[in-house]
Amino acid sequence: MLRWLLRRIGAGLVMVWLVATATFALVSAAPGDITQRLNDVRTPPAARERWRRDFGLDRPWGVRYISWLGDAVTGDLGYSWLHHRKVAGVLAQAIPNTILLAGLGLLLEIAGGITLAVVQLRRPHGKGDRAITLLSLTAYALPPFVVGLGLLYLLAFRFPLFPPSHMLSVAGETQHGLPRLLDLLHHLVLPVVAIGIAGMGGVARYLRGSLLDEKGQQYVLAARARGASERRALISHALPNALLPLITMVGMSLPFLVSGSLVIEVVFSWPGMGQTMYDAALARDVPLLLGGTVLATIAVVAGNLLADLAYAIADPRVRL
Amino acid sequence: MKRLPARAGALPLRLQLGTLVLALLAIVCTIGSLLSPDPAEIVDPRAAALLPPASQRWIVTLRDGTRLAAEAVRRDEDRWTILRRGGDQSLPASEVAGLELRQFWLGTDTLGRDVLARLVHGGRISLTVGVFSLLAALLLGIGVGMASGWLGGWVDSVLMRLVDGLMAVPMLFLLLLLAAVFRPSLGTLVGVLAFSSWMGVARLTRGQVLSLKQREFVLGARAIGASSWRIAWHHLLPNAVTPLSQDAVLRLGDLILAEASLSFLGLGVQPPVPSWGNMVAEGQTLLVEAWWLTFIPGLAVAVTVVAAALVADGMQEIARRLDAGR
Repeated sequence: MLRWLLRRIGAGLVMVWLVATATFALVSAAPGDITQRLNDVRTPPAARERWRRDFGLDRPWGVRYISWLGDAVTGDLGYSWLHHRKVAGVLAQAIPNTILLAGLGLLLEIAGGITLAVVQLRRPHGKGDRAITLLSLTAYALPPFVVGLGLLYLLAFRFPLFPPSHMLSVAGETQHGLPRLLDLLHHLVLPVVAIGIAGMGGVARYLRGSLLDEKGQQYVLAARARGASERRALISHALPNALLPLITMVGMSLPFLVSGSLVIEVVFSWPGMGQTMYDAALARDVPLLLGGTVLATIAVVAGNLLADLAYAIADPRVRL
Repeated sequence: MKRLPARAGALPLRLQLGTLVLALLAIVCTIGSLLSPDPAEIVDPRAAALLPPASQRWIVTLRDGTRLAAEAVRRDEDRWTILRRGGDQSLPASEVAGLELRQFWLGTDTLGRDVLARLVHGGRISLTVGVFSLLAALLLGIGVGMASGWLGGWVDSVLMRLVDGLMAVPMLFLLLLLAAVFRPSLGTLVGVLAFSSWMGVARLTRGQVLSLKQREFVLGARAIGASSWRIAWHHLLPNAVTPLSQDAVLRLGDLILAEASLSFLGLGVQPPVPSWGNMVAEGQTLLVEAWWLTFIPGLAVAVTVVAAALVADGMQEIARRLDAGR
């Protein structure tokens, strides 16, 4: 077990290093750099050269790579060109916002998906089952930005029940305690529901299949024979086993907690990682892009590891 | 391989429906984009802008080439009276060169461009980008998967580490990074999308090859001296076609969704070339005033992805039946 864990962590570190290196190579191999963004015909070439030196872009890429990697290992991800702050600081500000939004969205997505699948399998192949199948297919197929804009249109503009963007209202910024929390929750509703709807369909589709398989198993029949109600057999006996593959799925979506739903964050102007990385991409803010990608990769590796661990704990047949 | 039962109606309804919708979309977007008016055509930016769906306007062409959109036209003697933006305007008949009634079935955008024409042309772009990136992803994925599964050994470990590594990068971040680094054009967009998608194909192909490798017919082919190329091409690939094609249909839907998201973020297809994603992006600023600009192209993406998922579902159903009948 311990050996397995150590080996996995080692492999994970190598993976993170590989991704970081590849990302670095990609960004430095690309034509153009930040000085081109400051493109102004009046800029004399000498000034442009000086700027390149200021940003450290005049050094050969090997030197830049070594110095960036050396700093990154010690936790120093460099200096964001766009925010004029430490990259770590920018990310540290964005991550909690994203975890909050994406975490709640993920919860809603899973809870909604499980509910839909269980309701469907109360009477498989019945009318309700078909209707929900179609519904979850549509939810899966709708682009997330369309879901977000639809919610905005209906619940923020047509019937202005919820604020359309940002985390806090102007009044909320200055408040503390309960009013601030309520304001935050009020702002959270639409983006969380958008993430939930966009993801719910996929979870329901996936779970319906595995639940249908479990339902045909002997032990469910045995539970029915012992006098468990149809409902009890489905929820207490079949569902836990059907949820096993979902653990992997949730583990796979852990990075989502860090990378966030980019499109939803952009639609709702949510100040999280997605929005931050989007701005960084538009501004070609290389240190921030690199830092964010490395962090997200760490989250992916950790998520996979945790999913395997959780699987081993939940399913006694699996030995590590 | 077994033949499907030839009985009519043996194909799942989902498959028929999905295929029908996809075929219709392909036809409408290819032929329709030839027949429909120029999507960049601006008729009358003042009087024909933001028309709701199912509007119609008289298009009055003047001698100097100007075109005016009018709600109603009337001719008295040698003058035309046209109702334009709620007010009457009078024109001498000698100035008027032509008159036609035009339907704007899906309305117009803020510049007065026909949304239907843009939707059809945008669909052609979106579908083309989707199909070509799918083809590129399949080519790369099948190549790598075949090499990995067939050759095995260190080639396999190196290639699979690479695939694992790329899969470990969150997809949208990768797309964002690539799109930011390579300035968007249709070619780079196809490359970027394919690059973000080929890993799944490679894994699937490798798995298929690994299981097929052990089968008697491959051993037999090898025993009679078939070359590796021949085995890969004539024995492995045809047997992997079923799972690969099912995966490919789903993947097409995902790629179209990804293209729409990138174009929505301004990192995909660049205006004025229309695509479903950038049409939504242009429409969202007028969400309240003109809902059709946002939701019609959004719905088009959804219909395409639903159709692809239905086809994939149907194919899975057939595969399951074949398995059960075996």
